[in-house]
Amino acid sequence: MIAARELRKTYGSNRVIDGVSFELGPGQCLALLGPNGAGKTTLLRILATLLRPTTGSLSIGGADALREPERARALVGMVAHGSYVYEDLTARENLRFWETMRGGDTAPGRLAAALAQVELDGVADERVRTFSAGMKRRLGLARVLLGQARLLLLDEPFTGLDRRGRKWVNEFLLGFKAAGGAAVLATHSFGGGLGVADRVAILGSGRLLMDRPASDLAPEELHRLYESLTEGAEQ
Amino acid sequence: MSACAKEPGRSAVVAYTKRAWIVLWKDFLIERRAKEHANALLFFCLLLLFLFQFALGPDRERLATAVPGLLWLGFILAGLLGLGRSFLGERDNDCWEGLRLTPGDKSAIYLGKLAGNCVLMTAVEIILVVLFGVFYNIDLWTPAAPLALVLALGTIGLAAVGTLFAAMTTQVRARELLFPVLLLPVQVPVLLATVSATQALLLGQPLADVAHWLKLLAGADLVYVTIGILTFEFVLEG
Amino acid sequence: MTRALGWLAVLGLVVGLGAGFGYAPREAVQGNVQRIMYLHVPAVLTAYLAFGLVLAGSIGYLATRRPSWDRLAAAAGELGVLFTGLTIVSGSIWGKPTWGTWWTWDARLTSTAVLFMVYVGYLLLRSLIEDPDARARYAAVVGILGAVNIPIVHFSVKWWRALHQPSTILGPERSPIDPAIGLALFVNWVAFTLLFAYFLARRMEIARLEEQT
Repeated sequence: MIAARELRKTYGSNRVIDGVSFELGPGQCLALLGPNGAGKTTLLRILATLLRPTTGSLSIGGADALREPERARALVGMVAHGSYVYEDLTARENLRFWETMRGGDTAPGRLAAALAQVELDGVADERVRTFSAGMKRRLGLARVLLGQARLLLLDEPFTGLDRRGRKWVNEFLLGFKAAGGAAVLATHSFGGGLGVADRVAILGSGRLLMDRPASDLAPEELHRLYESLTEGAEQ
Repeated sequence: MSACAKEPGRSAVVAYTKRAWIVLWKDFLIERRAKEHANALLFFCLLLLFLFQFALGPDRERLATAVPGLLWLGFILAGLLGLGRSFLGERDNDCWEGLRLTPGDKSAIYLGKLAGNCVLMTAVEIILVVLFGVFYNIDLWTPAAPLALVLALGTIGLAAVGTLFAAMTTQVRARELLFPVLLLPVQVPVLLATVSATQALLLGQPLADVAHWLKLLAGADLVYVTIGILTFEFVLEG
Repeated sequence: MTRALGWLAVLGLVVGLGAGFGYAPREAVQGNVQRIMYLHVPAVLTAYLAFGLVLAGSIGYLATRRPSWDRLAAAAGELGVLFTGLTIVSGSIWGKPTWGTWWTWDARLTSTAVLFMVYVGYLLLRSLIEDPDARARYAAVVGILGAVNIPIVHFSVKWWRALHQPSTILGPERSPIDPAIGLALFVNWVAFTLLFAYFLARRMEIARLEEQT
């Protein structure tokens, strides 16, 4: 699904991403851990083709993401801090807008189904302004579902969610993986996401300090590793 | 997906049109609900009316001769306020980024926004013309048809560049200052053409007399919209 | 190479100014003040050259994304504003004894002033954006629009002037040009172009070095 090689992103003399390589297959979820400022968001944006890396190669779903970003974009769904919602539109209208922009089919049935899948069908015709952070994020997920994304990029999906919300996201991701999709989760908290991750990677000052299967690690071990690795990497 | 593969060119055009249309639809819905622009601009037009009267003094004659210029001045001032805010809605929730990720020709977004801005500016125009007619006691009804043509051409020219520059300055510091500084010099030809043509029309001259101005406006509009379409994707990227 | 260009430009200027102020004959109607034309006309021609290069650099950058095109556009833009300013000032100085006023809304002066404002805006935009890629892209769009707008401005101002005043005799372009005047003009124009090329090369070099640090 993803094949990243020696990705680098520099702003002037600042090396935000400094040689990141990894691979991710379909049905897999990679949890990307790292302190704030480690470069998680930047890496995610590179994967989403929002940013061009200074050097390196990236292929998504078999397409060269740097030469043919459009093909890669068709497969990717990103849910970031902003979650791309217009506050004055209803949930349904938001979906209709984004799906039309994607060039997809906006039949009412499809929109309703996507909303039902993220449990927003009850508030489908309420303005997003009235939504909580969790609901907005769910709407973002509905949007990427509607867009038939095969690769999900989630930036801090658990922030601002209560326990129930976190559980919901986890279950959603499990279902997504089961259907063959891949996901990259960027987070700085250990609270969520690790249950659903197949691999865990730690990003520190632009480099992948660790990339191991989740099954290898017990939570305390992971915590310890995280502390020691990021301590050294932090400036 | 649907079996449109038979005519790939045609379905691309349809998709493009749908995208432009949905941008217009979205902006219209948001405007209707938030009512940000409309009320404020309406009130602004009313204020301008008084401002001009006070600035020029009670002499009726002086005001009458200045009307073409004042009309377009008022219009441009309203345009500076209204157009500059075209893309502010996209700043919330990273929607700008979302637009960047949409596939296909981004100029559809430009056309959708342009259409929305044209509608907004036309509404402002109509209000100003009516207010001018009523408050300054000018006969704007007789030359209404040719005047409408001049207004339409001028609107497109202003909105075409305004929408493009609005997209650009949304992300830049000192946006409120930079937008007029960039827009006004480029709009000089449009201003000269529309004021000259309006003046001639208000003096009762036939449309044929101002044909050269109309051709200039039409040509300029074509150039501005074309550049907008061609360069919008480069502006959206940022 | 740039050095040689610089010296050549200085030489050209010396010859040109000498030709303009010494060799060329005194103009019958306007007197010695007319000699400022030897600055004014080459300045405006050089300004147009500069803005043509801004257009080229802008298109070049959007097409290839290579920073060298953007450096060209930026340097040419700065020089263009400089030479346009020179045009306006020299035109103003010419105008004072000739028409009795520092400023007149005649077609050429007005068009030049509008041009000046467009490209000052261009430089202002550049100064407000830090991200080099965004700066180059946005500046390119303005650069293209500004350049393409030049003929539109020219015609609109010309017709606007025709409404308010029959065209006044502005200067030598109406009467047949004395070959001596023509030659002096030509030499100055070449000198200005060389000077422009020198400054352009220098400015681009400085920009390139700045980027590397």
